Amino acid sequence: MKVSYFPGCTLKNKAKDLDAYAYRSAEALGITLEEIENWQCCGGVFTTANNEVATKLSSVRALKEANDKAQPLVTVCSACHNVIKQTNHAMQNDKAFADKVNRYMAADGGYAGEAEVYHYLEMLRDLVGFETVKKKVVNSLKGKKIAAYYGCLLLRPNSVMRMDDPENPSIMEDFIRALGADAVIYARRNECCGGYISVESPDAAKKNSNAIIENAKAAGAQMIITACPLCKYNLVKSGADIPVVYFTELLAEALGVKEDTNGK
Amino acid sequence: MENNQYLREEIIRMSGVNPTKCMKCGKCSGTCPAYDEMEYHPHQFVSMVDNGEIEPLLNSTSIYKCLSCFACIERCPRGVEPAKVVEAVRLIAIRRQGANRMTANDIPAMVDEDTPQQLLVSAFRKYTK
Ligand code: SF4
Ligand code: SF4
Ligand code: SF4
Ligand code: SF4
Repeated sequence: MKVSYFPGCTLKNKAKDLDAYAYRSAEALGITLEEIENWQCCGGVFTTANNEVATKLSSVRALKEANDKAQPLVTVCSACHNVIKQTNHAMQNDKAFADKVNRYMAADGGYAGEAEVYHYLEMLRDLVGFETVKKKVVNSLKGKKIAAYYGCLLLRPNSVMRMDDPENPSIMEDFIRALGADAVIYARRNECCGGYISVESPDAAKKNSNAIIENAKAAGAQMIITACPLCKYNLVKSGADIPVVYFTELLAEALGVKEDTNGK
Repeated sequence: MENNQYLREEIIRMSGVNPTKCMKCGKCSGTCPAYDEMEYHPHQFVSMVDNGEIEPLLNSTSIYKCLSCFACIERCPRGVEPAKVVEAVRLIAIRRQGANRMTANDIPAMVDEDTPQQLLVSAFRKYTK
């Protein structure tokens, strides 16, 4: 199966591993990620104001390209996912906004939010199936105690994201279990690490991030996984003394494709 | 006062929020990860906009402290969606000429070798127009 793939700017720079592991793991699971042509950065933050149009066009272009190919659009970075999914929701539900966008882009045939958007984790759950993932595991992570860090953007706002229960999610824990490891549940897994506040107030980001790390450790975590480069940065910068890794790295390791040098 | 009335309507239009639905329970502010950084907190944004007290919000750095984490949107028991109000006020402030909070010259001081592009892109989205 082929899907359209929006890597985002961070995955092509500081988070290259997140990208490469995602690509190779998907191949191992029978899915080819076809990168959107000439994709542009999503901007990192969705602005909820309905009269902001230009900042949302890069997302609409990616959505439209996927839809023209009749492929779902898959993202890995939590932030890209949030921006693209919220933009798509606005295209579906806010007609005045969608009209403005379509006039702006002079898009052939227009676009009205038809594309299906999947986060990579949803792709694993809904298109591949965690049972299938489990069967493909060659290096079981048995015995490892891993805490999922959702942060904010994967889950909220749930009226749009619809990925999981926003206050008691399970998709990342089910992912961890599919790889053979133990999932550590802790209270702060869906609280914010501070996001881009680390630009202006590193101490504030540190305070939020420390609370998350301490909470995960107290629950027995030996490792934290995330889908968001900024979450990872903030947790690591705040002095995490357990590893903080991208979920795709863990997946590539379990599937035995981490060291693959032939592919991408 | 007339200007305030106009701004109130504009914020309601841009955000789609109806501030009169707020029951002033404070849950949005209780869950806000930027609470300590803010002079005005999410529930105050809602009530001050409703009362037409908009200039103090426009002039406060609180508009740049919201992280768009959407916790207040998720957890408000009345579906008010306070973050959308904060975002609308921020845009009105930053769309004014010369109101940018950050320029490209500020970047070198902010980055280290691990800084993800996402951090800079997000900060630019929030601090500049
Ligand atoms: S969220 Fe990020 S990494 Fe993702 S494209 Fe957008 S800004 Fe870049
Ligand atoms: S960086 Fe923070 S703001 Fe972004 S998803 Fe991670 S937790 Fe939320
Ligand atoms: S979206 Fe903004 S105002 Fe709302 S809880 Fe998050 S940081 Fe606070
Ligand atoms: S949580 Fe909702 S109802 Fe309560 S104060 Fe905030 S906006 Fe008002």
